[in-house]
Amino acid sequence: MKHIISAVVENKAGVLAHIAGLFSARSYNIESLTVGATENPALSRMTIVAAGDEAILEQIRKQLAKVIDVLKVVDYAGKRVVERDLALIKVSAPPAKRHEIATLVELFRGRVVDISASSLTIEVSGPEEKIEACIDLLRPCGIKEMVRTGVVAMLRGEGGAGKSAED
Amino acid sequence: MEKNGAHILVETLLEEGVEVLFGYPGGAVIPIFDALYEGPIKVMLTRHEQGAAHAADGYARATGKVGVCLATSGPGALNLTTGIATANMDSIPMVAITGQVKTHLIGNDAFQEADVTGVTRPITKHNYLVKDVHDLGRIIREAFHIARTGRPGPVLIDIPVDVTTAKPSGPVDKTPRLPGYKPHIEGNPRQIKLAAQQINASQRPVLYVGGGVISSGASAELLQLAEKARIHVTTTLMGLGSFPSAHALNLGMLGMHGTPTANYAVTESDLIIAVGARFDDRITGRIDAFAPNAKVIHIDVDPSSISKNIPVHIPVVGDAKIILSKLIPHITPVDREAWAARIAEWKRRHPLNYKRDTGKIKPQFVLEQLCAAVPEDTIFATEVGQNQMWACQWLQFKRPRSWLSSGGLGTMGYGLPAAIGAKAGRPGAMVVDIAGDGSIQMNIQELATAKVYNLPVKVMILDNGYLGMVRQWQELFYNRRYSSTRLNGNPDFVKLAEAYGAKGMRVSDPGQVRPAIEEALKTDDTVMIDFLIDPEENVYPMVPAGEAINRMIGGMA
Repeated sequence: MKHIISAVVENKAGVLAHIAGLFSARSYNIESLTVGATENPALSRMTIVAAGDEAILEQIRKQLAKVIDVLKVVDYAGKRVVERDLALIKVSAPPAKRHEIATLVELFRGRVVDISASSLTIEVSGPEEKIEACIDLLRPCGIKEMVRTGVVAMLRGEGGAGKSAED
Repeated sequence: MEKNGAHILVETLLEEGVEVLFGYPGGAVIPIFDALYEGPIKVMLTRHEQGAAHAADGYARATGKVGVCLATSGPGALNLTTGIATANMDSIPMVAITGQVKTHLIGNDAFQEADVTGVTRPITKHNYLVKDVHDLGRIIREAFHIARTGRPGPVLIDIPVDVTTAKPSGPVDKTPRLPGYKPHIEGNPRQIKLAAQQINASQRPVLYVGGGVISSGASAELLQLAEKARIHVTTTLMGLGSFPSAHALNLGMLGMHGTPTANYAVTESDLIIAVGARFDDRITGRIDAFAPNAKVIHIDVDPSSISKNIPVHIPVVGDAKIILSKLIPHITPVDREAWAARIAEWKRRHPLNYKRDTGKIKPQFVLEQLCAAVPEDTIFATEVGQNQMWACQWLQFKRPRSWLSSGGLGTMGYGLPAAIGAKAGRPGAMVVDIAGDGSIQMNIQELATAKVYNLPVKVMILDNGYLGMVRQWQELFYNRRYSSTRLNGNPDFVKLAEAYGAKGMRVSDPGQVRPAIEEALKTDDTVMIDFLIDPEENVYPMVPAGEAINRMIGGMA
């Protein structure tokens, strides 16, 4: 079972190392971990996508909450959230294939952000499944290089009550 | 004179009530030692930084106060780490202060530099690298608060030498800022009621209690609960002393070297009431066979301990003392005659035992004689291995904070420095270290510390010439292939004690055991007795690794 867990942490040196060490020391599997600024410069937010059975996920939440520099831990499982991952995908694209690829990417509301004689670099963002779908369709073209940010997520509206304005 | 960082450090330690610290100087902490030079904090120079960490730990266990140790950067700090990890595993409040290279040199592979906050992150409750003298006072306050509250533990403060010499530009604000640290203390009233209902409805309950009872000071409440509800008590290694050994409701320790009665009772119980214990693998044995028919109530201050190893039916998160005192009024005494009779029958049929009158000195006999001879206020320390397990089984405890033993980490070399730390904190108590000839050599240099500071501890070496616990496993599970467990070349412990200016004695005749103990106890000096015990005596009963705890081998009468 895959959960998105958000941790609000103090923006201090060593916190990321602490959290990363916590996962490796206890052999928890994480799919992605992102960390970035929040509305409060003193705080950062980590978004962790972790897999495991309920007992492991409960331990992950508790172990995170136990870290002194962690202020708040929320597991988004079962909650209404806006979830975004961003991928940069460089695909082989001889001039004859460019149009086809660009059309395909538009279906995912992706953009071509770089172009060369033999390749296109595409930016696509959205929930993980959407990015996976886009990657699957681009794969036959030949993916030369890819990088993803990992998931960031936020509760919808007030405590998750907001409506989807887009997807 | 204007205050520098080192002065702020000492001043704040005093504000936190520090009376004693255990330390070892070095280049990066010279300013700190300079600020300590004129007192009033008593600085005890150990002979190795590991000794300083264990002494701080022993001081903390014996007094309930935060133990403080101090070492220089690099090797000094790294030598503390085994002691810090020992305290971390056993939830002992400690503040470790380490020097660090100058701020601008950090990361440059400077002389005696190590990434100490990096190294100690997984073995501390929290740690700090102080980069600005203005933060120092606040950080020390926070460190003590974190160390002594919630689930206690060690906190390390790494201070670059230039921070200790820097002078703040104005008044320093020491107010702690810990928005992410709010230990749960009170216990949820609904959960407490549920727990009480479950206890009142149970037919075969067992109280399983650990070190949390001691750290929260809940022994009186535990006794009250056990007596009111008429529930038998088994303790973990860490819980020894939390409930009187001689009490009729005491089952002794459970687990790998626990008593048969405790292990049978837990296996057949219908309700485990865990208080301040964490279902360690040495306790549970094979996990699916641990108390298979029992519901589990778990009272613990650390939410992450709950349902970590064993599924818990009624968790109650909070301080043991507070929760037990709220629980007791809801308890109704229940007669569980059949269960009490069953336990009495186990106790009668399966007492701990050993072969007497063999002409050899049995370690169990030494411990029996020791217990009979020591004064009421005695603190026992142990090393690790067979000596420790025999001590768990055969020592009689009357009160909490009378037992110092490395439970979670199993650190050889712990006992002597811990005993010294305890004696520093409670000079009026008799302090005895139960040692093995292997473990004692890991920190034997601390005999000098005991002598120099007039901390007369008594070291009882159960000398079998082996690393006995590993030898026992080799005997039982590795076809007696005693690979690297024969301790050839042991020193003459009597001469060694004398070389440090302490008193040394050797006992090879069972008839001399008691007189030697009596003499050691009445000698106002550090004494080391080398008891030449039966070399292949084993610790029984024993649950083989990975077995169910009711499948014990050996020592079953």
